[in-house]
Amino acid sequence: METTNKRTCLYDKHVALGALISPFGGFDMPIQYAGITEEHNAVREHVGVFDVSHMGEVTVKGKDAERYVQHIFTNDIAGAPVGKIYYGMMCYDNGGTVDDLLVYKMGENDFFLVINAANIDKDWEWMNAQKDGFDIELVNRSESYGQLAVQGPESEATVENVLGLECKELTFYTVKTIGDVIISRTGYTGEDGFEIYASHDFIRTCWDKLIEAGVQPCGLGCRDTLRFEVGLPLYGDELSAEISPVMAGLSIFVKLDKPEFIGREALLKQKTEGVARKLVGIELADKAIPRHGYKVVKDGQEIGEVTTGYRTISTGKSVCLALVDSQYAKLDTPVEIQIRKKTFPGKVVKKKFYDKHYKK
Amino acid sequence: MAKVIEGLFYSESHEYVRVDGEYGYVGITDYAQNALGNVVYVDMPDVDDEVQAGEEFGAVESVKAASDLISPVSGTVVEVNDALEDSPELVNQDAYANWIIKVQLSDTYETHNLMDAKAYQEFCESQH
Repeated sequence: METTNKRTCLYDKHVALGALISPFGGFDMPIQYAGITEEHNAVREHVGVFDVSHMGEVTVKGKDAERYVQHIFTNDIAGAPVGKIYYGMMCYDNGGTVDDLLVYKMGENDFFLVINAANIDKDWEWMNAQKDGFDIELVNRSESYGQLAVQGPESEATVENVLGLECKELTFYTVKTIGDVIISRTGYTGEDGFEIYASHDFIRTCWDKLIEAGVQPCGLGCRDTLRFEVGLPLYGDELSAEISPVMAGLSIFVKLDKPEFIGREALLKQKTEGVARKLVGIELADKAIPRHGYKVVKDGQEIGEVTTGYRTISTGKSVCLALVDSQYAKLDTPVEIQIRKKTFPGKVVKKKFYDKHYKK
Repeated sequence: MAKVIEGLFYSESHEYVRVDGEYGYVGITDYAQNALGNVVYVDMPDVDDEVQAGEEFGAVESVKAASDLISPVSGTVVEVNDALEDSPELVNQDAYANWIIKVQLSDTYETHNLMDAKAYQEFCESQH
């Protein structure tokens, strides 16, 4: 098969480690090394390292940088101290989601935005289309930064001792710089962890040190099982141009009391008048595993669709996130999922299947 | 290198059938279990269900994905491997010892459409 996928600065190292490589978001990415279960458990119990260099980075600087970020971002960064990080979305006028992202406040009118790999081109175009009337400089830095995520209860000790990067003073969702290196206490696993953004050379050196120290390399396979268990959304599954953050149950990241941002009117309407479909958790009584795209059924009628589903590694339950007609979104509502030729009974549960263990 | 056993018949979708008189024991090959990774669930048909050669009769699921099971033979399911219900990982441990369904064959001649061990081994090598 002809491939035009991009590769991260660590691609050769993944191949050397015998990783299973698959396309994701326009990149050839490592899916697993030792196996999804083993890597998942390493992060829950000890520490693991992920190559997340495929993620995109955009800097926003200039006199109107804060005003611009406030305009495109659903969360509220007004009065944020330097070093603070916010999670939120960029939305279309109709409330649909352009992308979910992190906004790092690096300085006054100096922001670092982290966006999804698959959305880099779309986001870049969108951000540029919104900048008229703002005195800012937008730069797409996605090609110049590599990124590692060191995740798990032993991540602080690992970053400090193996990489020699002081990080213990960082609290949850804060960032600091050490020279050109950006390090934040963030992640996508539900565990304590750090993300490091730096030059390709620096990232390659860090990777080697971590692997030599015996840190488990982790692929995108367990990144998905880890984020899913703690109910974190993945753009393309739980958020999309059709799925707004209000539908996805992410309203706490949508600050409707902010006077203005793109999509505010539509999201406010969704919030006050209700939405047709809502994201819920569903737990099956049986062992059959619900997967993305499977139908959710009630009394023989299709009422929704699975967005992500697994037999959870941490708890061994067949669970999924699903977008269902809002009248069936109440906890404990009995629903069924069509899996191949049969339907399996289950019920609506909370969208979190495992408790987060952040160090705040 | 994936293990292949003499005397079994193999399909291009990586199922095997071990024929014993009028019965066939159907499972997935060692190549298939290796490609799937940790098997966490096997969705099996019910006893007395009919299966058709070339048609789906269930699924094997790894953590990441479900893969359809395609029957290499036609007939009636007379037994399913109940052990896989609680221990699907048996498929990873020994895919050939842990067959999935036992089928009463409606047409024993159908195995002529399948590959023998040597042909299957070559087929697997050509998959890389």
